[in-house]
Amino acid sequence: MLLSPDDWQALLLTLKLATTVTVSLLLLGTPLAWWLARNPWKWTRTLGALVALPLVLPPSVLGFYLLLFMGPDGVIGKLMHALHLAALPFTFNGLVVASMLYSLPFMVQPLQSAFESLGNRPLEVAATLRASPLDAFFTVALPLTLPGFMAAIVLTFAHTVGEFGVVLMIGGNLPGITQVASVSVFDHVQSLEYHAASRLAAIMLLFSVLVLIPVYGWRAHREQHSQHD
Amino acid sequence: MTEHTPSSLIEAKFYLPRRNFLLDVQFTLPAHGICAIFGASGSGKSTLLRCMAGLERAPNGYCKIHQHVWQNEKTWLPTHQRPIGYVFQEASLFPHLTVKQNLQYGVRRIPAPQHDPQHDNVVSHIIQLLDIEHLLPRKPQKLSGGERQRVGIARALVIQPQLLLMDEPLSALDDARKQEILPYLERLRDELSIPILYVTHNQHEVMRLADHILLLDQGRITLNSPLTEALGQSESPFSMVQEASVLLHTRVAQIDTAWQLARMDFAGGSLWLRNENLSVGQSVRLEVLARDASLVRERPQHTSIQNILPATIAHIGSGKHPALALITVHVGDTPFLVQISRRAAHDLQLAPGQNWWLQIKTAALVR
Repeated sequence: MLLSPDDWQALLLTLKLATTVTVSLLLLGTPLAWWLARNPWKWTRTLGALVALPLVLPPSVLGFYLLLFMGPDGVIGKLMHALHLAALPFTFNGLVVASMLYSLPFMVQPLQSAFESLGNRPLEVAATLRASPLDAFFTVALPLTLPGFMAAIVLTFAHTVGEFGVVLMIGGNLPGITQVASVSVFDHVQSLEYHAASRLAAIMLLFSVLVLIPVYGWRAHREQHSQHD
Repeated sequence: MTEHTPSSLIEAKFYLPRRNFLLDVQFTLPAHGICAIFGASGSGKSTLLRCMAGLERAPNGYCKIHQHVWQNEKTWLPTHQRPIGYVFQEASLFPHLTVKQNLQYGVRRIPAPQHDPQHDNVVSHIIQLLDIEHLLPRKPQKLSGGERQRVGIARALVIQPQLLLMDEPLSALDDARKQEILPYLERLRDELSIPILYVTHNQHEVMRLADHILLLDQGRITLNSPLTEALGQSESPFSMVQEASVLLHTRVAQIDTAWQLARMDFAGGSLWLRNENLSVGQSVRLEVLARDASLVRERPQHTSIQNILPATIAHIGSGKHPALALITVHVGDTPFLVQISRRAAHDLQLAPGQNWWLQIKTAALVR
């Protein structure tokens, strides 16, 4: 085998985390992006800026605040305790919550701009053709903003895979629970295991390239196609 | 023309303040034929149409069609529950669907109780009426502007709406494309029994298509009347907006092949016109401009003017310029407008009730 069992575990955990985060963000981020795109009030702009905060905030800073809030004395920590739920720091669920916050703009922003450029008209047309708003979303808005969805999903997934600082702050480095691939690489380097580090790093590089090529290829194909029309 | 019960009316009332203007309208319209909603841009005609469709919500508004209430204090039907068809300024076809799928989109969503067993026939009739059969497998991107708008109209019609709302359906097209679509709209008016509200700022479209006119100015209604009446009154707001003229609903009664002339009959008389591909029995709209008509006391014997009709003066009004008078005369039951100078009206001592001869220099087919 190319990789040690621990490294395999870290890779699988990374995939599990990225998938969970992407699916959850798709379900939460789509209505949020829809609402931000279609309500041009002043304070939706403010909220939009808040969504973008993780883009500029150092991950370790975000992780630090999350740790503070999720800890036994934090607001979220107390709430979890009152609800008899397990504390979030250093658990997989904690990683999911932290990663969702961290990757939120990568899901919301491409969707929001796709919905904005879609405009009102196609939905009004659908309504005059007897489609309810939900029906119109799935049969008109969704197919017409598919490139936006593709971009949002790929960016969110890839961003979660590549995340390091937040994971380290919230999850620590517990094999099988919170030790993801990016942390493993760091771990190997720290222990001077350069061969193990380079194998894992190569796999992640390969994975990233494989994910991006079809997406960008598809986009270019679409753009060329629509120019042709 | 079928008989219409008093219940086939469109009644509405909307009050909608907007940043730049206020829509404040209340009206009753006949629910048959084409009613043109006419006004300058920014007069609120599109907003009015959007209120009818439920795309805009005017609080405390009221909207009732054929005894069905769409909006009042207690009721609000969202757009997708109103039995309307809507044609937008740009065809707005769904780009991810073919023409056929665009047509089917609404058909699939007709509520079951409204489903008509004859529906397949209706769909093929509309496809034939708008001549889009050959376009069905194509994507909207592969259509010309005129073709797209025909598909847009067909898509609104195949769901068998009780009211068709058209928001400047021709204004995005160039003149050639307009001429391509207008005959189809005439066919819709003449062959389907769907009332149409037609928003436009183009006088020619009004003259050619409308049966009724609703004139809007800065969010208020300044005229609500049948088109022929609106034109026949010398001081109606519509004749103030456009060049004074009357509209005649005529039928081709006779073709004189030797002289290439056609005799057009209307209620009260007939006119001879150049034969431009007309056939006997065809109904045609004619426009007679007030400046192309004149009055003469004795029937002239030696004149080049071919159309001379006995007329009775009904009203003497003022024209747009202070030097002008606009005389309404009746030929049988049909009103005509004559534009002369006020001095001529004074010198000839024109007065209502007098019988004169009406000379018409030209009458134009509205097409």
